[in-house]
Amino acid sequence: MVGHTEPLLFPAMEIGSTSHDPGRAAERPGGDEEHLLEALRRGDESAFSQLVDHHHASMVRVARLYVGTLAAAEEVAQDAWLGLLQGLDRFEGRCTLKAWIFSIVANCAKSRGARDKRSVPLSSLGQDDEGGASVEPDRFLDDSHPRWAGHWSQPPAPWGADELVARETLQAIASAMEKLPPMQRAVMSMRDVEGLESEETCQVLGISEANQRVLLHRARSKVRKALEGYMREGEASR
Amino acid sequence: MRADIASDLTCKELVELVTDYFEGRLTSEADARFEVHLFGCTGCRVYLAQMRALVRAAGRLAEKDLPAAVRDDLLRTFRERKRA
Repeated sequence: MVGHTEPLLFPAMEIGSTSHDPGRAAERPGGDEEHLLEALRRGDESAFSQLVDHHHASMVRVARLYVGTLAAAEEVAQDAWLGLLQGLDRFEGRCTLKAWIFSIVANCAKSRGARDKRSVPLSSLGQDDEGGASVEPDRFLDDSHPRWAGHWSQPPAPWGADELVARETLQAIASAMEKLPPMQRAVMSMRDVEGLESEETCQVLGISEANQRVLLHRARSKVRKALEGYMREGEASR
Repeated sequence: MRADIASDLTCKELVELVTDYFEGRLTSEADARFEVHLFGCTGCRVYLAQMRALVRAAGRLAEKDLPAAVRDDLLRTFRERKRA
């Protein structure tokens, strides 16, 4: 059996740290957003092209959560830019620019869905009845064990750092996410792929923080399980 | 206040709390129990590391590909609106 290189992802215990969030550092332009908006209102083209460079690809990905094809998602994103320009004066900054942009995308996608008379998968908000354990119960010792019931019987094996950055592995993650129920996919996409904050995600999807967290948990658990299977297949073929 | 915090959290329970932990949504007592369990459990440390790695990897799916033609289209739209 090949020894596992001690992965970079096997961190020293961060006991007592206040932030446990493994997500990307929030890319919060903050004050820059205000300047960009002001410049945009003045018709500053370079401000617009900065926004486009920064957000367009994300907008297409978010649109893709709602509509059937990449081509349709591209069109939705372009509609959303128009919507943004039209609504510029009305943006009061009560939500972040990112939340606002993605809300526009969501609305454009839903309008398009209604126009195309196709039901949009995310229109049934928050209806995710999938319960169940995050990890197969047989991975843990059952109640017949007097002392260690509920502890790992088959603990997970560390993943190598190299494997995790490989193109194929990223593809495996993307595939696993595509198979998620729509709302789970939407939440994990927005939080973990696009880097939206919890509050922004809730605003865009129109769901509660608690609901969002449940969806995120289920999504990540499913993808982790799929990735574990993928990694094991890789091991077996070595 | 109890003198010692019993780590009676099982692994099976811990895996259900991982997202709450990352989101900072556990009570400080539950958070402490969570970490005490982690300290003594390799399997759960690996599980947590896998979750962290997964979240970071998902972030790398966010490519900023923007075809030049699309960019040009959008800029043209912007200019046309200005003139209007």
